[in-house]
Amino acid sequence: MDKNKLREAARNNIVTIMFIILCAVCMIFSGYTPSYVLYELFGRLSRNMFIVLSLIIPIIAGMGINFALPIGAMAAQISCLLVLEWGVPGIAGFALAVLLTIPFGTLFGWLIGKLLNKMKGQEMIGSMIIAFFATGLYQLLFLFIFDNIIPINNPDLTIKGSKGIANTMDLSKAGGIASALDGLWRLPFHQAVLVFAAVIAVILLVGYVKSHKKNPKKLGIQIGVLAVAAVVAQTGPVKELFSMVNVPMVTFGCVAVLCLFNVVIMRTKLGQQFRAVGQNRTVANAAGINVNHVRIVAIVFSTVLAGWGQLIFVQNMGAFQTYGAHEQVGLYAGAAILVGGASVIRATNTQALIGCILFHLMFILAPAAGKNLFGDAAIGEYFRVFICYGVIAVALVMHAWSENARKKKASVQ
Amino acid sequence: MAAEYILEMKNITKKYGENTVLSNVSLKIRPGEIHALLGENGAGKSTLMNVLFGMPVIHATGGFSGEVLIDGEKTVITSPHDAMLKGIGMVHQEFMLLPGFTITENIKLNREITKPNIMSRIFGAKMESLNMKQMSTDARQALDSVGMSIDEYTMVHGLPVGYMQFVEIAREIDKKGVKLLVFDEPTAVLTESEAAQLLKVMKEIAAKGIAIIFITHRLDEVINATDGITILRDGQFVTACETKDTTAVRLAEMMIGREGEFSFVTAEPREFKDNAPVALKVSHLAVDMPGEVVKDASFEVHEGEIFGIGGLAGQGKIGVPNGIMGVYESTGEVEFFGQKMKLNDARAALSSGMAMVSEDRRGVGLLLDESIENNIVFNAMQIHGDYTKKFLGFTQKDTKAIRKHAEDMIKELDIRCFSPLQHTGTLSGGNQQKVCIARALTMNPKMLFVSEPTRGIDIGAKKLVLETLVKLNRELGMTIVMVSSELMELRSICDNVAIVSEGKVVDVLPVNSSDADFGLAMSGIRPERGGVLHA
Repeated sequence: MDKNKLREAARNNIVTIMFIILCAVCMIFSGYTPSYVLYELFGRLSRNMFIVLSLIIPIIAGMGINFALPIGAMAAQISCLLVLEWGVPGIAGFALAVLLTIPFGTLFGWLIGKLLNKMKGQEMIGSMIIAFFATGLYQLLFLFIFDNIIPINNPDLTIKGSKGIANTMDLSKAGGIASALDGLWRLPFHQAVLVFAAVIAVILLVGYVKSHKKNPKKLGIQIGVLAVAAVVAQTGPVKELFSMVNVPMVTFGCVAVLCLFNVVIMRTKLGQQFRAVGQNRTVANAAGINVNHVRIVAIVFSTVLAGWGQLIFVQNMGAFQTYGAHEQVGLYAGAAILVGGASVIRATNTQALIGCILFHLMFILAPAAGKNLFGDAAIGEYFRVFICYGVIAVALVMHAWSENARKKKASVQ
Repeated sequence: MAAEYILEMKNITKKYGENTVLSNVSLKIRPGEIHALLGENGAGKSTLMNVLFGMPVIHATGGFSGEVLIDGEKTVITSPHDAMLKGIGMVHQEFMLLPGFTITENIKLNREITKPNIMSRIFGAKMESLNMKQMSTDARQALDSVGMSIDEYTMVHGLPVGYMQFVEIAREIDKKGVKLLVFDEPTAVLTESEAAQLLKVMKEIAAKGIAIIFITHRLDEVINATDGITILRDGQFVTACETKDTTAVRLAEMMIGREGEFSFVTAEPREFKDNAPVALKVSHLAVDMPGEVVKDASFEVHEGEIFGIGGLAGQGKIGVPNGIMGVYESTGEVEFFGQKMKLNDARAALSSGMAMVSEDRRGVGLLLDESIENNIVFNAMQIHGDYTKKFLGFTQKDTKAIRKHAEDMIKELDIRCFSPLQHTGTLSGGNQQKVCIARALTMNPKMLFVSEPTRGIDIGAKKLVLETLVKLNRELGMTIVMVSSELMELRSICDNVAIVSEGKVVDVLPVNSSDADFGLAMSGIRPERGGVLHA
């Protein structure tokens, strides 16, 4: 019985388990010190987690992985261009870009949602193609419309000696928004753990007071784990391990707030509608829910959140490729959440976070491991790209398999 | 003061284009009454309910004529949501429940009780959080009133079917101000004890003053549980009566009976002795065909017989030939001319000399983008290798032979087309059916299954199809098994008819049995008749 359960759990999480093993192997061969890996990892997590979390709502609303995330990123990049053009620096500029992303993201999301409603059941391939198509429109906007029709006065932004927006957008010059969010408040790792443990404990307590089924044992364990983590982080060896990590508190705070938002919204009327539509459109419709509208709202949320995620990404990087920064966003985020054990119909915050960690570990370690094993970093690079697509394919096939198995089981009964 | 009738539907007439599906139907229901609505498939029950619920399909096809009165007041119901607001609820046949939600969440779906929070003050009411406590209290009440003690926080996923039915009912009861509930075949999926419990709950609900329209085909339940009965037949109002004044046999007669209706093809039924040679022996066949599940079908077909299989839609009659021919997964035993057949192997079935004209002409039956002649010879070429020739070591189509055969068939079956090369997709339904028959005949089968041969084709074509079947049987001695929803059709050309209900063969009746016998069999009751049992 127990063995069966274990096997079932292993089968359900095969992608995650495979990835953990791969990461461990790469770690051994990479030759990196753990503290360097952790430093790299935290840098990558702070800029990528937000985007991955933006995938959750459409998955719950039954629309699969929103591969149209690049369109949200485009909204962010348009906002970014405008902020740079107007020369609003620092956190004010960042906040303005965040605000500007809302109307752009809402408009784009609404259009994507309209289209996806016309192809129910094929949302994933649909959103992927829409993103490719939108890239063309984006190029037209940046190469021709900006600077030709809409004048751009900041000479740093345009192609020298010609028209159109320059290939690279540098945020780190005067008036830029580089590290606007990250730089607000940084703490060494052990202090950051204390702050987050305290905040999570408060949230758990509030949740406990409000829940209908009081489970003091569970709460005790959760708080206990937090306390242990906080204490362990203060010990010498752990401090040593994380010595290079300097946590951007506000950025991780945003990630935490989004996690909380993903939970809280599912407890609202709207969230209930997302879940209902995700489970069965016919039943939801019969209950008087406007299915098409709910689906559009889900995509709008996802698009705007992805835009904010992209803003966090570019302020961390300090510069971005005007014509290419958005392209892989959807694919990498999708692969990350699948690595974490999500499926195209079920996804949680935890899965998104675990997936993000594993996926980026792979990104850090694979090139070095490739270089040490085969004498060529390009082979490691090749592996990580190949694995990214492989993960998506495996996850989709696994989903189809388990679906078939479930159907067979149901029909036997 | 309250009106005598909670619902009155007066002289409802509904046409789809030229086709009248309801003519002058009336329905009257008192408060607290359980009223049965009876009729065969296509009698107009669902259309009448669609009118009552203001379904979009009714409005999109030109509305209806007649009046609907609720509490004695004339009303226009514009949408299912509107119907809900006016106190009319529906307990669906297939479950409208979300498996990943708790019972509470299902009962309160889209009628959640909410309370404001910070987000909702900014973004509007949709962001209000759910008040689970209040919702579960309501759900508990509703569950108690249908006699269910199960915890209201249980997930619907994994509940027994019977429980789901009660959750559905609890949801309808929980809606405020509900006056009338429609139960659409609620007992079809229930075990006997669950069905008995359901009838008990229905009576309790009715005792609280909520009227119930009970759509079912189980006549014994009608007699046991209802107060009044309305019977429809072919879109016509047959009768409305008190349950205590009638019997199951009488009801069966009224549902089926068509006095003075002409049948355009008749074949003299023949009697087969028990010791006559058996062509097909089916025992304990079970077929997993979605929507037409067969659980346990046993019957014998004699050589040279036209054997009918009838019953209401969704009861499993169509699953029988599909199971035998290997289209859907099946278990059981099938003997064909004394030889045991391998099931789940369409090729084996075809090679052994069975052929089938599928009910799904456009899906399974025909290659719509291929010519008539290719369609006709397709199976014969694939299975027997007919109409092929060897040329330079490769097997080639024998175009000349195909053309000749196709032309013969077109003439013989009177397929209306301008050339054997015409694509079948451009033919009318009747002519497509004839191509299907031609293809089955090209296999030179010893036995022919025809499934719903006259569905969706006009009267002239129907006549021709039925005549063809009789001719094949009488002149070539071909054994034919015909499945049809139209009992009249079966009774006009078959020798014996098996009636399938809830996946089981209830009885095999000679065609000249009485209307009542057929009606009872269709509702799942084995009729007590004087005749000798066939099987």
